[in-house]
Amino acid sequence: MTSSAHSFDAARIREDFPVLQQMVNGKPLVYLDNAATTQKPQAVIDALVRYYSADNSNVHRGVHTLSQRATENYDSGRSKARQFLNAASDEEIIFVKGTTDGINLVAHSYARQHLGEGDEIIISTMEHHSNIIPWQVLCQEKGACLRVIPISDVGELLMDEYESLLSSRTKLVAITHVSNVLGTVNPIKQIVEMAHSQGVPVLVDGAQATPHMPVDVQKLGCDFYVFSGHKIYGPTGIGVLYGKAELLEAMPPYQLGSDMIKSVTFERTVYNDLPYKFEAGTPNIAGVIGMGAAIDYLTEIGMDRIDNYEHGLLEYGTECLSGVDGVRIVGNAPGKASVLSFVMDCAHPHDIGTILDTEGVAIRTGHHCAQPLMNRYGVPATARASLSFYNTRDEVDLLVKAIDRVIEVFS
Amino acid sequence: MPGLNDLYQEILLEHNSKPRNFRKVDDANRSADGYNPLCGDQIQLYLKVEDDTIVDVGFQGIGCAISRASASMLTQSVKGQNVERAQEIFDAFHSMLTEPEGEVDYDTLDDLECLSGVSEFPTRIKCAVLAWHTLLAALNGQSEGITTE
Repeated sequence: MTSSAHSFDAARIREDFPVLQQMVNGKPLVYLDNAATTQKPQAVIDALVRYYSADNSNVHRGVHTLSQRATENYDSGRSKARQFLNAASDEEIIFVKGTTDGINLVAHSYARQHLGEGDEIIISTMEHHSNIIPWQVLCQEKGACLRVIPISDVGELLMDEYESLLSSRTKLVAITHVSNVLGTVNPIKQIVEMAHSQGVPVLVDGAQATPHMPVDVQKLGCDFYVFSGHKIYGPTGIGVLYGKAELLEAMPPYQLGSDMIKSVTFERTVYNDLPYKFEAGTPNIAGVIGMGAAIDYLTEIGMDRIDNYEHGLLEYGTECLSGVDGVRIVGNAPGKASVLSFVMDCAHPHDIGTILDTEGVAIRTGHHCAQPLMNRYGVPATARASLSFYNTRDEVDLLVKAIDRVIEVFS
Repeated sequence: MPGLNDLYQEILLEHNSKPRNFRKVDDANRSADGYNPLCGDQIQLYLKVEDDTIVDVGFQGIGCAISRASASMLTQSVKGQNVERAQEIFDAFHSMLTEPEGEVDYDTLDDLECLSGVSEFPTRIKCAVLAWHTLLAALNGQSEGITTE
């Protein structure tokens, strides 16, 4: 599947991704919208096909062979997710629909139980809407206050400001690991230590970190960590909420129904143990199996090697884009994942996106579900090229060539 | 695949770089805000209507070249027209973008025809029609919350 242990052969890796082998608008597809969603390797597609064509059955119920097979595959998906995050036990891995769903679960089953009038939740300026709105609405409901850590011009959290926001009123810190717009990698370990010194738990939005770097929740020390399967080369509609067992134990269920119960009478229900207490209804079995195959794929390549290769690509891309007159990169923190947001003097991001598409180059344009961050930088939108380990320097060159075409059209 | 030249025609680029009536109309008696929540384009449209005639029109806001040029050309095409005629221009413009295979009234559209290439780029149609929906809202006295999503 991968190249030799020492070199990173992106050309070889690209062969694992059927979707990349196509022409778009008469040009080879250059897919640089990986922060929105990643493409799927054949191994993930095969796992989904295998499940539906050979093993399809409901889990944790039937005594028959197919149900046992489906259950084994499903349960092993949980172990793979545990290893991926280095969680202490499988019961700390809750399957959810995705990052948004996981954050909503914590807002409902944890924060709502602990938040009172005058209390505070701390987030940051660089949050995705999904790590803003659940807290904002909850604060409004409880008469609590949402506090926001400001950022510097290059896109780093102002840690002194964070420290001064932490107080006895703080009930939760909800922070992104990596910014989906700026690429900034936040100092999560330090953020957690500072919060814990005041007895405050921390939720980390890992949607943009998990595709790019090894994540160890025990080293980070965070209380909750959430990510989406489709951003780590797995299927849509599946994700993981990691929570420390003692916190999850004390939390009420998010949704009620089958699978999350031990016994039911018309008078009373006894809830199931972790993790099932939070997984009402027939789960996304295929999603879990597909995500497990994606984790296997990434693990075989090695998250360290992915991190290393993508950093080289980011450096190259930063250098190339910085060299184009009239292009300004938004987000220049020293510690970044491979995300390049930019604006151009001559063209609005939507026009950039359309012109790049005619050159076969797929990027994202718009506010990236981070409108407060756009306001911070005084831009209505940005163009964003987000790089994966299957992208190459040649593709970065094609991006720059397509940007030259934008300048040509608008000059 | 339609070419970029069909989309970004000279006249469109010219309106983008030098939009006409790009100003607030201080004595406007009708106005509306248009907003595309997914892409962030926003427009404020101001009208001064006297005896059923649009005697002055202006716009402000932030948007891509297509939404800006479309708004600029809108102001030129409806200024001095009565409300009924403005509706006819809207209808012709809308048909040109959403049903280009049907009967399109190019006589009514005049210069606006240069935006016809947008119909080949489905994701950009909403950029071109934002100002026009905002116009209808302003004429109908609906001042807020217009989107083309």
